Amino acid sequence: MKLLLSGNEAVARGAWEAGVKVACAYPGTPSTEILENLSKYPEINAEWSTNEKVAFEVAYGAAIAGARSIVSMKHVGLNVAADPLFSSAYTGVKGGFVIISCDDPGMHSSQNEQDTRRYAKFAKIPILEPSDAQEAYDFIKLAFEISEKFETPVLFKMTTRISHTKCVVKVAERKEIPIKEYVKNPKQFILLPVNARERHKVLEEKLLKLKEYSSEATFNRIEKGKNGLGIVSSGVAYNYAKEVFKDAWFLKIGMPFPFPEKLFKKFYKKVKKIIVIEENEPFIEEEIKILGYKAEGKKYIPICDELTPDIVRKSIKGKELSHPDPIKTVRRPPQFCPGCPHTGIFYCLSKLKVTVTGDIGCYTLGALPPFNAMDTCICMGASLGNALGFEKARGKDFSKRMVAVIGDSTFLHSGITGLIDITYNKGSIKTIILDNRTTAMTGHQDHPGTGRTAKGEETKEINLKELAKACGIEKVYEVNPYDIKETLKILKNAIESEEPSVIVARAPCALLKESRDYFGKRDKKMVLEDKCLGEKCKACIRVGCPAISIYNGKAFITPLLCVGCELCTQVCPVFAIV
Amino acid sequence: MKELNIIISGVGGQGIILSSEILALSAMESGFDVKKSEVHGMAQRGGSVVSHVRIAKKVYSPLIEIGKGDILLSFEKAETLRWVHYLKKNSPVIIVNDLELIPPIVSLGLEEYPRDIEKTLGKITEKLYFIPAVKLAEKIGNIRSFNILLLGVLSNFLPFEEKIWEKIIRENSPAEFSEININAFKEGKNFLKI
Repeated sequence: MKLLLSGNEAVARGAWEAGVKVACAYPGTPSTEILENLSKYPEINAEWSTNEKVAFEVAYGAAIAGARSIVSMKHVGLNVAADPLFSSAYTGVKGGFVIISCDDPGMHSSQNEQDTRRYAKFAKIPILEPSDAQEAYDFIKLAFEISEKFETPVLFKMTTRISHTKCVVKVAERKEIPIKEYVKNPKQFILLPVNARERHKVLEEKLLKLKEYSSEATFNRIEKGKNGLGIVSSGVAYNYAKEVFKDAWFLKIGMPFPFPEKLFKKFYKKVKKIIVIEENEPFIEEEIKILGYKAEGKKYIPICDELTPDIVRKSIKGKELSHPDPIKTVRRPPQFCPGCPHTGIFYCLSKLKVTVTGDIGCYTLGALPPFNAMDTCICMGASLGNALGFEKARGKDFSKRMVAVIGDSTFLHSGITGLIDITYNKGSIKTIILDNRTTAMTGHQDHPGTGRTAKGEETKEINLKELAKACGIEKVYEVNPYDIKETLKILKNAIESEEPSVIVARAPCALLKESRDYFGKRDKKMVLEDKCLGEKCKACIRVGCPAISIYNGKAFITPLLCVGCELCTQVCPVFAIV
Repeated sequence: MKELNIIISGVGGQGIILSSEILALSAMESGFDVKKSEVHGMAQRGGSVVSHVRIAKKVYSPLIEIGKGDILLSFEKAETLRWVHYLKKNSPVIIVNDLELIPPIVSLGLEEYPRDIEKTLGKITEKLYFIPAVKLAEKIGNIRSFNILLLGVLSNFLPFEEKIWEKIIRENSPAEFSEININAFKEGKNFLKI
């Protein structure tokens, strides 16, 4: 059967067919749809975990217990899960265990470009790298076989372009894989130094075998060409190179670590010159150079940004195909949705002119105009620790004028430990938890605070206010971010105090069904043109709502976009919005 | 047909992802290899969105190379300009929804909305078609079907049978909009007889 599947859908389909029983993830673009799709299969026990480290440990535990299991995350999620990652190489696994890490070349929705292949070599774990959705589907099935054959976890590198591109994929049916018998084996699974020393030796032996395997496996192959040029390529870059160099020989790498040394040597004899075309890091290029062979790669191909077929052509051949000249047009930066509850908070924060340490989520958009209300955005959970650092460096007089801002899902992911640190180390930081009842940025996934699991089942809901109190915070408030007057009052009170506090700004994401229930059947707002002060006022524009614009000198609310949240009616000085 | 490279552009929320999905599925159903690529992420509501659809016997790259685009279908006027350099030099097809969506950045006075879009595009190709898709869709009974109507216009340039298009549109529309969408498609197809 043929289906049009994205890379993420293909991975989920392949994993299901391969008999996966346990699947875990924390959402993160571009990886999110893998678990979303896995959770639809009744045979798979799928969960949104609190963070990537926990997701990794649950799936890893399932593999130690004998089941085929999978964990997926975005590239920076693997940083969070790095601790168990390294241990898993030492212990190995019983049931097949595949770790998917989706890199984001070009940083479409990430804070950095990191190349998961570096982790594979660092942690001593084999890695597969598909070039499109069909390969992602084929490779994932084989990944479980390698994992069980060599008793090793297997890393699986996807990228945004592969995760989100839809291709024609040939699929099959699920094969049930019986769970393996569980036999207690402390020497393998208790990494006390005495055991770990032995496991390190086992790991090194395993890597030698995997290196042999890499040259024989179907993942790596030689494609005959017509001229003397030898292109070595992997991932989506291979598909770009195939378009640009139609007559070249290709060494197509689908398993970059351990590197297929023997196969490369065979390839080297057939060509006159080697060019490596790979996205981001010069991983393959370095592997070739370590073997003592000549190769060029990053001399032409940029390390920064996502590759495209035109970049590949221009870098090596020197020029693009002829095309019409580019034309400048208006920018459209991303923005808060109409009726977004974050809008109210950031309106207040920009009024208060405080220093704001930010975090990862939709609310990072508070850094943009008209709010400009953010000073830092580093990584998941960093807002709290960063704020405390400001206080330690600049004193309480400075930190009196600052807040940390973090989302509900992000707070549960890795903000809790920061909050405990504030209490423990006598900080006075005010933390705003933007509780929009979902993981919004990645497309509305549930989390421990929503009371629902990945399978859509009801579960115990973590109470953020009680949690903050249990972390030692005595002043805990809840505000309605749609009530600007009240929110400003509570924020001012909290900020002026010397004590640390937590303010939970609770209102569902404007795109959720719960938000429509929340607003009820409110009327869309409109502007009374004769009252509106227009260009010279623009108070409503500063709410940052995409539904409001200035049209013919007066404010105008686009009816198609307005949800009736009434944030704008509260800021209009002449009550011209009704 | 050797290969066809189609760019669909517009603004988040206009149904670009669904439209390119219908296009790609129709290509697959017609027996072609197809790859369809766009980026989800920070570019949601109100942001600029683009989808690349490549159709051939065998497709490698999911992205259209600059200078290789055959057709640009744009759901918004100013968004058309953003992608013209992806088109081939000789007589590419440009289909434009005659609709201006003014971004807030213009209201804040930080940017200007481009003028003379028709004149600018006219210099690139003679195969330039402005379609009042929103008005036409409104007449049929659902303003939101304007995107399917534009697919109807596009279908005039593609070698897929009408019954395949209709089957795919039916399978990918909510039941209550299925007929309206089919009508919108036909309206678009007939609007531009070439």
